[in-house]
Amino acid sequence: MTPEEEREFLRRRKARNWVVAGTLVFFVVLFYAITIVRIGGQGG
Amino acid sequence: MPTEWRDFFALTKPRVMTLVIFTAICGVLAAPGSIHPVIGFTAILAIAMGAGGSAVLNMWWEADIDAGMKRTMSRPLPGGRMRREDARDFGIFLSAVSIVLMGLAVGWLAAALLLGAIIYYAVIYTMWLKPRTPQNIVIGGGAGAFPPLIGWVAVTGDITAMPLLLFAIIFFWTPPHFWALALFVQSDYAKVGIPMLPVVAGEKATRNQIMGYTLLLAPIAIAPWAIGGTSWIYGSVAVVLSALFVVLAVPVFTRMRAETDAMTPEKTLFKFSIVYLFVLFAALVADRVAAYQGWIA
Repeated sequence: MTPEEEREFLRRRKARNWVVAGTLVFFVVLFYAITIVRIGGQGG
Repeated sequence: MPTEWRDFFALTKPRVMTLVIFTAICGVLAAPGSIHPVIGFTAILAIAMGAGGSAVLNMWWEADIDAGMKRTMSRPLPGGRMRREDARDFGIFLSAVSIVLMGLAVGWLAAALLLGAIIYYAVIYTMWLKPRTPQNIVIGGGAGAFPPLIGWVAVTGDITAMPLLLFAIIFFWTPPHFWALALFVQSDYAKVGIPMLPVVAGEKATRNQIMGYTLLLAPIAIAPWAIGGTSWIYGSVAVVLSALFVVLAVPVFTRMRAETDAMTPEKTLFKFSIVYLFVLFAALVADRVAAYQGWIA
C-alpha cells in the first residue's frame, strides 16, 4: 500500500466509524425514548 | 480498501425512499386514533429502514443486470466499490432491524406487514417475477403500496377498508406513472433480458395499458370518500385530480410516436402523475386534520 492509499484507507475507515458511532448513539436515544413512552403508557 | 459509507447509503435508494416516507407519514397522520410522536416517528423510521433494506437486497441481486445498463452501471456494486456479500449482509441486517424495531416499539401486526413488504419486493418481485413477466411494474407497484398501509396499521392496530384502499391507490397508480416514463426514456432493459412492457409488447400495448390502469385508478382514488372514510375535502380533490389524470391519459392512449417526436403528452402525464399522488395523499391528511379540528362535520 502506498502512503496515498494508506491515507485514503484511514480516511474511509474513520468516516465509517463516525457514521456507525452516530447511528449507535441515535438508537440508544431512540430506545430510551421508546422505553419511557411505553412505561408511561402502561402507568397511565 | 473499506467501502465509503456513502456507498452503503446509496444502496438504500434514497430518492425512492422520499416517496416511501411521504406516503408512510400520510398513512400515520390520516389514520383515526392517536399515536405518541415518538412511536409515530419510530414507525416511519422502521418503514424507511425496511424499504432501504429491501432496496439493498434488490441491488445485491441485480448487480449483474445493473452492470449492463448505462443508468445503473456506476452504482456501488457494478462500479466495483463494494463486495457483493457486504451488500447482501447490509440488506439483511437493515431489514431484520426494521422488523424487530417495528414489532417491539409499535406492534407486531405492523411488523408482520413490513416483513411481508420486504419479502414481496426483495424475493417475489426482484428475484422471481421481474425477470419473468412484462407486468413486472404492476407487481413492483405493490411493494411501493405498502408504506401507507403499514403507517395506518401502526396507529390503528387493525386492517380495515381504508388502508387497503390507500394500498390500492398506489398499486394502480404505478403502471401509468412508470409506463408514461418508459415511453419517452430510452432504457436498455432489453439488453439485459428484463421484459419491460414497451419492449416486449410494443408501444401500442403500453398505451392501452396506461389507459386501462388510469380508468381503474380513478374510482379507487375516489372510493375512500364514496365509502364515507373521508369528507368532501378529500372527495373533491380526488374527483378533480382523477378526472384530470384521465383527460391527460387520453392523448397518450390515442396517439402513436411520430418522427422527431417531443413526446409532450407522455411527459405531461408522467409529471402530473407525481403531483397527483402527492396532492391526493396531502388531501387525505388535510381531511383528517379538518375533521380533528372540528372544521367539518
